[in-house]
Amino acid sequence: MTASIATSQTILVVGGGISGMTAALEAAECGKQVILAEKTPTLGGRTAQLYRYFPKMCHPTCGLEINLKRIKGNPNVRVMAMTQVVEVTGSRGNYAVTLKVSPRYVTENCTACGKCGEAVTAEVPDAFNYGLGKVKAAYLPHAMAYPQRYVLDPSIVATPEGEKAKAACPVGAVDLGMSEETVEINVGAIVWATGWRPYDAAKIQPYGYDRFANVITSVEFERLADPHGPTGGKLLRPSDGKEAKNIAFIQCAGSRDENHLRHCSRICCMASLKQTQYVREACGDEGKSTIYYIDIRAIDRFEDFYQKVQADPTVSFVKSKVARIALNEANDNPILHGVDTEGYHRYATEHDLVVLAVGMEPEVTGVRLPDDIIVDSSLFIEGSKDGGMFGAGAASSPLDVNRAVQSATAASLRAIQVIHKTASTEAA
Amino acid sequence: MSDANNRALGAYRSNFLKEVEANVEEGHWVKMCMQCGVCAGSCPLGPHWQHSPQKIFMMIRAGKRDEVLTSDSMWMCTSCYNCIVRCPRKLPITHIMHGLANYAHRLGLAPKGQPTREIAKLFWDNLVKTGRVNELKFSLAMYFKDGFGQGIKNAMAMQGVGLGLVKAKRLNPLELLGGHGCKDKAGIHKMVAKAREIEDRRKGLA
Ligand SMILES: Cc1cc2nc3c(=O)[nH]c(=O)nc-3n(C[C@H](O)[C@H](O)[C@H](O)COP(=O)(O)OP(=O)(O)OC[C@H]3O[C@@H](n4cnc5c(N)ncnc54)[C@H](O)[C@@H]3O)c2cc1C
Ligand code: SF4
Ligand code: SF4
Repeated sequence: MTASIATSQTILVVGGGISGMTAALEAAECGKQVILAEKTPTLGGRTAQLYRYFPKMCHPTCGLEINLKRIKGNPNVRVMAMTQVVEVTGSRGNYAVTLKVSPRYVTENCTACGKCGEAVTAEVPDAFNYGLGKVKAAYLPHAMAYPQRYVLDPSIVATPEGEKAKAACPVGAVDLGMSEETVEINVGAIVWATGWRPYDAAKIQPYGYDRFANVITSVEFERLADPHGPTGGKLLRPSDGKEAKNIAFIQCAGSRDENHLRHCSRICCMASLKQTQYVREACGDEGKSTIYYIDIRAIDRFEDFYQKVQADPTVSFVKSKVARIALNEANDNPILHGVDTEGYHRYATEHDLVVLAVGMEPEVTGVRLPDDIIVDSSLFIEGSKDGGMFGAGAASSPLDVNRAVQSATAASLRAIQVIHKTASTEAA
Repeated sequence: MSDANNRALGAYRSNFLKEVEANVEEGHWVKMCMQCGVCAGSCPLGPHWQHSPQKIFMMIRAGKRDEVLTSDSMWMCTSCYNCIVRCPRKLPITHIMHGLANYAHRLGLAPKGQPTREIAKLFWDNLVKTGRVNELKFSLAMYFKDGFGQGIKNAMAMQGVGLGLVKAKRLNPLELLGGHGCKDKAGIHKMVAKAREIEDRRKGLA
């Protein structure tokens, strides 16, 4: 199917995380037409997968809720979920973009009643929980999902399970005949808000993420701490389901490392400081967090947060990048080996659970971008040579939510400037 | 103290880092170390040396010239390369260790009787004589380095291995009588002398 749904005065925002939502809203609230293309079935991005936000320790739902409300109320934004950019041609003020829309197998009629999910028995890995646990193959991605519509996993569509879902839907919203669509649009400016992904921890060989069950990543830990997560908010060890009480955090896991990511991922020190407070919340004075670090970088104005955590008697700090992890086979405890930098003491310390503060790399790595896009040495997007495309949020640099939103607002303003120029040329 | 050492002391005064950068192989990398500790924790011999690479690099920057150059830690490096593979700053740590050892040796400050140093010296002397390593003479020199009595004991202990090597044609007893070498021995000696001359001029060692 080919449809024209945009003009060269439209702004395309790619990626519907907190940054993409912000960029789209800022432009739409200035009266510009915006298409917001999101690859997954829902807006929210990786922020929705956090348990709490630093520095205020509030829940991500509040920030998302406000933005979703603004989007729902604004006719200038058209949200396209399950949509990816395939190709961009043209130049500033006049880009031709090819989008690929994957089938959801559920139409707009869906009321999110959940009957299809109850009907099917097949399960698939739960992407929202980083694959910890499973979900039904007819599912709502998460409670705050927008659009609030179920999705059918493609694996069940041609099976009796798909038929079960279809039969169960009281409003006939399940459409097993949906297929992939290609959409061509013209836009004047593009904001890339494609975000980040956690660095593949298995590549850090000495830490044994792929060999030791009780070595997990910081993004997985967010899901463990969340009462809506796979363990109901209990910090349970993957090896035996026992509660973890003595937890190590390893900083710069894959960041600031010429063998992995060259850059400082900037937010992981704050994330680990925050996560020590999850341990306190779950275990009280019984819990014990140890942060192994090169140096703590409490970005922005967050030094006070660091000081508060330092004053917490359940948290201790070891100035040392852990050299390697071994396993105590008797109890599956990881043993951390290294030498500290405050006295050069050699240590071999056992913990119940190890959380790797993995680095952030740009999500677009590996996807072919238009030729004239400018990226930095870590492949974060700076913009385009013709001045019509902009990076925003974590796609442009490893940023926390606050700064991602600032960056998105800035990108939106630049895109609006391009549209203004386009509009005046077209009028002349 | 050697003349070379006095000259180096004069030239670099208290700036030992500058001296290392100028005179030690790969020494210019030392300033790149961020003191993370990964090398120290990765070294299989770590618990047995006094100064880990991490500590040596900090000592260099702190100007601890005597402690570094007389340390036997660099001589303990077995070139396993664990530290190089893991160093987040990609310092060629193994090469720096050998560079420091060599520099200390040339200044006459390296610890006397340090076994690795003794073996390295024997190996070098053996090699440059004919341009080829004479394994038989090298082994014997090693056995006898701690005196005649100990040498006989060592040789007896290794007898079986030696005979095995002879049988497998990996060791030729006739090598004891001079042995094989390169065609142009004099040329090799000249080349080595010239290389030494250039190095000494560059590093102020002569
Ligand atoms: C362990 C951890 C804890 C953190 N805790 C905090 C915290 O407490 N407080 C805080 O402020 N920050 C925190 N952060 C940082 C926070 O996650 C980021 O700042 C935030 O996710 C950035 O939002 P974004 O919209 O730029 O990117 P993302 O959240 O990654 O969103 C990008 C969106 O783009 C979509 N997308 C990607 N590629 C394409 C494509 N090709 N086409 C279409 N869509 C695409 C994705 O599906 C996604 O929805 C934490 C990070 C980590 C790793
Ligand atoms: S923010 Fe902290 S943990 Fe993350 S890369 Fe930078 S220094 Fe390392
Ligand atoms: S691993 Fe590299 S950066 Fe870290 S202490 Fe050793 S030499 Fe320095």
